[in-house]
Amino acid sequence: MSHHKLDARRLLCPMPVIRTQNLVKTLNPGDTVEITSTDPGALSDIPAWCKINGHKFLDHHKQGDELIMNIEVGED
Amino acid sequence: MSTQRKAVALISGGLDSLLAAKVMLEQGVHVEGINFYTGFCVEGHTHAIRKKKEKAKPKRNNALWSAEQLGIKLHIVDVIEEYKDVLINPKHGYGANMNPCLDCKGFMVKKALEWIQENDFDFIITGEVMGQRPMSQRKDTMPVVARESGANDLLLRPLCAKLLPETKPEREGWVDREKLYGFSGRTRKPQMALAAEFGFVDYAQPAGGCCFLTDKSYSDRLVDLWKSRDDQRDYEMDDIMLLKIGRHIRPKPEFKMIIGREEGENKFMEGYRRQFMTMRASSCTGPLVLLDGQLNDEDIQLAAQVTARFSKDRLKDSVTIEVTDPAGVSRSFNVKPMLENEIPKEWQV
Repeated sequence: MSHHKLDARRLLCPMPVIRTQNLVKTLNPGDTVEITSTDPGALSDIPAWCKINGHKFLDHHKQGDELIMNIEVGED
Repeated sequence: MSTQRKAVALISGGLDSLLAAKVMLEQGVHVEGINFYTGFCVEGHTHAIRKKKEKAKPKRNNALWSAEQLGIKLHIVDVIEEYKDVLINPKHGYGANMNPCLDCKGFMVKKALEWIQENDFDFIITGEVMGQRPMSQRKDTMPVVARESGANDLLLRPLCAKLLPETKPEREGWVDREKLYGFSGRTRKPQMALAAEFGFVDYAQPAGGCCFLTDKSYSDRLVDLWKSRDDQRDYEMDDIMLLKIGRHIRPKPEFKMIIGREEGENKFMEGYRRQFMTMRASSCTGPLVLLDGQLNDEDIQLAAQVTARFSKDRLKDSVTIEVTDPAGVSRSFNVKPMLENEIPKEWQV
């Protein structure tokens, strides 16, 4: 299992989701990704994307204007 | 035991694609959604830029929401680069504005066809309703989309299938044609009734479709952008993003001003400081202004007066304006704000 970071700052909906999706495609179940976004909409989009695609939205927190979200890749 | 057939549904986030996918799910078909991001989708961008009103309903991506309601996977595909050719060279021309709807639909179905071939799916479904859109959803143009995309009879439109020739999924018995629909025209009543039947209550109903290119003022800005670049009909992602935000004023053919309309836009535009010369009132509050083009000293003076016009002290005799170049070097000077009636309407893009 490995941990990855995705810089999605300054990208607007739905680009943070697209970048996450494209990275996750290359990973294995159990791998984790920390996504940093400046789009507040990502906080509804990323959990929704995880839910419908079988991944786990672990947690999130804010650091100034940045939103940091952690997800775990699920089984395909 | 028969094999469960697999369909990919083009999901825009609107009601029709939601229903079309649901109709297929009800028939036992395995459905996954696909959403193509062209850069002009209303779903994206603007809701993230503008500051929300305190009690405003939180914005969501309706394509993701639709997939969530349906319990299906959604694949969002970035087609920004490939889409340029569709917009710049549409074989079938434009609609009322810069919307190349017929070419666009053909392009998306073609991409969906590539996707089903790569992912071993059987057919494609869309939420098209005959006669609902003046360009791409007419009786005579719907077969054009099927033919030119290469999808041919692998393209099924569950909401109006009964008005169209049988497709392979119907012929082969993968789906029951009798349980498909024959919706036509611009009325939304049959779709709303079907939504109620399925228990969907909170669906998106975007006015004027889901694409910025159907919007007159957006199209006017795009044409203005191309004109200002010697009719070079090209664009970058930043160009199409900036056309969506701010007040656009072109005092001279050589330059345009993009003026933030509220805090969210100003903040977003801050990210462009290294690409553009910027202006802002420093003696009072005022919007951030991006200056796009070539400006001489006289132009900078003129732009500063316009910038002052949108500042808090617009009615005073003098406002201090700070001008910063992309390297971050700033200078300030005082100007007399222009009056509202001194800014000709023709400057507004």
